[in-house]
Amino acid sequence: MIDHRLCFTMTYSNLHCRLGTLVNLTSILFILLFVTVSFPDAIIRSPSVDVHAEVSKLNRFRKRLNGNDEVSLNLNISVDLSSVFNWKTKQLFVFVTAEYKTLQNSFNQVILWDRTIHDRDSAKFEIYAKNKYLLIDQGCHLLGKEIQLVVNWYVMHKTGWMSRHNKSMSYFELPQVYI
Amino acid sequence: MGWIGEYVDSIRSLQFRNVLTQMVSLGMIVASALIIWKGLVCVTGSESPVVVVLSGSMEPGFKRGDILFLHMGKDPIRAGEIVVFNIDGREIPIVHRVIKVHERHETGEVDVLTKGDNNFGDDRLLYARGQLWLHQHHIMGRAVGFLPYVGWVTIIMTEKPIIKYVLIGALALLVVTSKE
Repeated sequence: MIDHRLCFTMTYSNLHCRLGTLVNLTSILFILLFVTVSFPDAIIRSPSVDVHAEVSKLNRFRKRLNGNDEVSLNLNISVDLSSVFNWKTKQLFVFVTAEYKTLQNSFNQVILWDRTIHDRDSAKFEIYAKNKYLLIDQGCHLLGKEIQLVVNWYVMHKTGWMSRHNKSMSYFELPQVYI
Repeated sequence: MGWIGEYVDSIRSLQFRNVLTQMVSLGMIVASALIIWKGLVCVTGSESPVVVVLSGSMEPGFKRGDILFLHMGKDPIRAGEIVVFNIDGREIPIVHRVIKVHERHETGEVDVLTKGDNNFGDDRLLYARGQLWLHQHHIMGRAVGFLPYVGWVTIIMTEKPIIKYVLIGALALLVVTSKE
């Protein structure tokens, strides 16, 4: 075993011993850093967020050639996640999901829109946006279906654990006929 | 000739025990590293609890050279999660985000579609021929944490294997010549 005390005396000049101590120390520092950065903020202060998402317009609702339903929506999204940003936040990944249930599937969840936020200033915005990804069902179960819009966000720190949060927002009922 | 024999014998007996001790301690180090690795595999429920990001398809969140910590767990796969998955026929696992999930009644089986944040289209082009969805058995784990830059060591050692040999050689030399 390495006797670390000996490494610091002038008489013991073994490079191997010094390297070993240095590596040990650096590893311990790294681990301490990792742990402190991972320490969840929620314990210290719970951030107040304000998010909202709803359907502003139904662009298209049809049945594809392969038999799957396809929906295109315009969304009104307003987000204020600036209080979530702190010194160790690297970025937020914000995304709006549409969730619904069908006879075939107990749970369907698709991302309609997403955005990466890098700094506090861009964490507050309100936009009207067309969905980035179409809502496509496995089959044709969407006539008259009620879908739930949920705003989710991932907090990614500069190093350490990532955490996921969401807030259920609004419901939208698809019409009984294709348009 | 006798004294050469005696000389060689004395050298041999001295060195042999030393070398043997060194090899045993080297073996102990390797064994404990393996134990830690296997322990991590058990705890995280994932075949490989740590992966290195190899491509830029998830930038700016994860860059080439970052390390991801994975955890599988029993929670169902949900949209937005970053998963590591294997495609039949490809040896290198891919780290991308889930954008669509369809879960069946009763069996709980899921159809999953993924996409790299930095890519334009979804991953169907990457999946095996005729494959439209990923299933539970393709997915090795979910990313729950990450360390930047540390993965470059692995990338360099894989792409320039000569460095790997030089490092191992130097390490072995250091262990063997240490005066403990």
